[in-house]
Amino acid sequence: MPLIKNGTYAEDGFSVVADDAALPPGGAIVSLARFKKERETLLARNTPLGVRLKADESPEALGEDVQRLSLVVLEFPKFRDGRAFSWARMLRTRLGFTSEIRATGDFLYDQLAYMTRVGFDAFEVSDKITPELLQRALKEMSLVYQPSADGRRTIAQLRQATSLSEP
Amino acid sequence: MYRYDEFDAAFVKERVEQFRYQVERRLSGELNEDQFKPLRLMNGLYLQLHAYMLRIAVPYGTLSAKQLRMLAHIARKYDKGYGHFTTRQNLQFNWPKLKDVPDILADLATVEMHAIQTSGNCIRNVTADQFAGATDEEIEDPRPLAEIIRQWSSLHPEFVFLARKFKIAVGASLHDRAALKYHDMAVEIVKNEAGETGYRVWAGGGMGRTPYLAHLMRDFVRREDILAYLEAVLRVYNQDSRRDNIHKQRIKILINAIGPEEMRRRVAREFEEIKAAGTLQLPAAELARIAAYFAPPKFEKLSDEMPDGDADFESWTKTNVHRHRAPGYAIATISLKPIGGVPGDCSHQQLDALADLLDRYAMAEIRVSHEQNLVLPHVRKKDLPAIFARLKELGLATPNAGLVTDIICCPGLDYCDLANARSIPVAQKIAERFADLDRQHDIGELKIKISGCINACGHHHAGHIGILGVDKKGVEYYQLQLGGSAAEDASIGEIMGPGFGEHEIVDAVERVIKAYTLLRINGERFLDTYRRVGMEPFKNMAYLDQLHAAY
Amino acid sequence: MATAALQMLTANRLVDGDVVYWRAGGWVQTFGEADVFAVQADADGALEAAKKFVTGNVVVNPYLFDVRDDAGDITPVKEREIVRALGPSVREDLGKQATGLGPPSARWRYRPPQGGGERDDDVSI
Repeated sequence: MPLIKNGTYAEDGFSVVADDAALPPGGAIVSLARFKKERETLLARNTPLGVRLKADESPEALGEDVQRLSLVVLEFPKFRDGRAFSWARMLRTRLGFTSEIRATGDFLYDQLAYMTRVGFDAFEVSDKITPELLQRALKEMSLVYQPSADGRRTIAQLRQATSLSEP
Repeated sequence: MYRYDEFDAAFVKERVEQFRYQVERRLSGELNEDQFKPLRLMNGLYLQLHAYMLRIAVPYGTLSAKQLRMLAHIARKYDKGYGHFTTRQNLQFNWPKLKDVPDILADLATVEMHAIQTSGNCIRNVTADQFAGATDEEIEDPRPLAEIIRQWSSLHPEFVFLARKFKIAVGASLHDRAALKYHDMAVEIVKNEAGETGYRVWAGGGMGRTPYLAHLMRDFVRREDILAYLEAVLRVYNQDSRRDNIHKQRIKILINAIGPEEMRRRVAREFEEIKAAGTLQLPAAELARIAAYFAPPKFEKLSDEMPDGDADFESWTKTNVHRHRAPGYAIATISLKPIGGVPGDCSHQQLDALADLLDRYAMAEIRVSHEQNLVLPHVRKKDLPAIFARLKELGLATPNAGLVTDIICCPGLDYCDLANARSIPVAQKIAERFADLDRQHDIGELKIKISGCINACGHHHAGHIGILGVDKKGVEYYQLQLGGSAAEDASIGEIMGPGFGEHEIVDAVERVIKAYTLLRINGERFLDTYRRVGMEPFKNMAYLDQLHAAY
Repeated sequence: MATAALQMLTANRLVDGDVVYWRAGGWVQTFGEADVFAVQADADGALEAAKKFVTGNVVVNPYLFDVRDDAGDITPVKEREIVRALGPSVREDLGKQATGLGPPSARWRYRPPQGGGERDDDVSI
């Protein structure tokens, strides 16, 4: 599936590895279960490592190891399951994760703006979502009321700025 | 009341265009119904039995004359000439066309209104006491905080795909007119021992299939910390709620499963983190800035005497006029429960006429109550007779606030796709049976609440007498519950027993009320008698002549 | 009077939410003009054929429902379908009942039947 990362199509340097399959030479994405089981081996490798979390798996399970990951993949089993929004936000804030957070599974164009706000920066998409559409999605609502992981200025902050600049 | 600044105005405009694009994509098939449904619900749009239904947000139940006129205009232009006020202070239109809804929302935006998040698995309309700013028994007006919560919750990126709906109410009075304990989360404005004002937070209340009363989450949250605390609750809910069974996904289920103690612990952890991060602190200056919008009108120095009127006026003031904090003023309830009418409905003519009434008597606001009535919060007592006369002409002067014919009733099977039975005809027949005003006064305060299905939009669990419509092999049956309350003495009604057919239910209700009149002492209300004597005497009376009992 | 179970097919129109009924490969607004199926295979066939109107974004949620023959007039069995066919029972000036599009003989059950009639005494919960 095409990958959009930082707003454009990107090569996917990773491959998803089944729990019982051999690890590829390049970047590998493993399940949380496998990561827990083979943690030492996986972290000792010199290649980028990603962990894929199911909707009911909190990134807290990764603990401090999260800093050693190049990628966390968050699953949307059904677009209505909004847990991954909290997981992405947790990765960015509590866990201080700065590398790629990738969305996979069932999500809509209409969720892209929210997903971006909470910290997703990569999306595994069908051909229904393109970089152009992503840009469009991000522009639909130019103002936000509440702070999130994106650090975007809120309406409250804009109001303050406006009132400060008034004579 | 709150006035949009350029940012609020731009926000709702962009939201309209966002929805317009979603409708386009639905009509072209780019979005299928399964994908579109949550998106349209988050813009208040349901698909009901004979048509779509649009639920328009009325934040904390406050409306201006201009807004009333726009609602009347929408009713005429896009709908069938009337709207329906709900138990969460919103307004519903029952006949909009999908293709027109973006234009309806655009019209609403011109008067600072919207339908954002009035449905869907997200944070819903924030409600507050309809007497806010007018009652003498509140610590402060709850609406500034409600407005702040409204803004914080609007398109909150983390919380638009919650496990289920999430309803928040704000209270500030000894008398709870906002059903706080039945909300997913409620904020009570309180003073601590040091005399500081802050917030007591409750969570886990809810109606529906399995009603619960809210648990205390935190006894005192400092003003500046409140959004951080609310966000902590939502975050724990979003992360930890079940997602495998639609009937087990409200926060009330989560708190019941893990226990309030564990919930408080999880929330506390998030709360400390959010506070430390500092991005959600609520500066006193900001709270004051918002509060300024809700400053009450300048009250004139007026005589506090109630003016004289005819017998009709007297009986109306007895039930529908309430004490105001300012001498010379009163709070007036406009009943939307004319005997035999559809509870909560309001025609476009009435909406326009009410707008004129507001202007004529220089009243800036009207409120929607939690009981499907309207409220004029600041009425000069000397204007009451003239206002009453006008309301009478408009069919809005039914003197039954809080009495047996002031029934809360969901739309039921006459409108709603979820319903099992009709509710409105039952309300109408009960009202007709008890129409005699002397009889109503003899019965006194009695809150009857009727729901057409287990989703409990009629709040039947909180009725002194609650009625639940069920479908028994294609026949409409009605179950009675007694002893519920949504006030500060909150309780969940107890189910009486087997249901009654639609041809029996009114008689059964009459027998229950008769039992009350026989058993009451010392001027007790129905609810008090029930609490004193229990279900047994009522049950015996109700089933006395029942032919179809004991299924 | 025992007759074979009769069914009809209904849906809501996407663009305006209006109640529609299946007739001969398409949809009509008038209950009385719609197809009545006496044979299950016909009913199932219609439901199958209706699917392309879902994917074609014309209607949502098509489904079959029971009707009965009331001395020559076809009327829905369930109250819910009577409401959909006529309109709200509490506003007889609204909906199809007001424009003559409803089933001619459908009656509102909430009006107590005159002298006995249709109560279902043997229901069990």
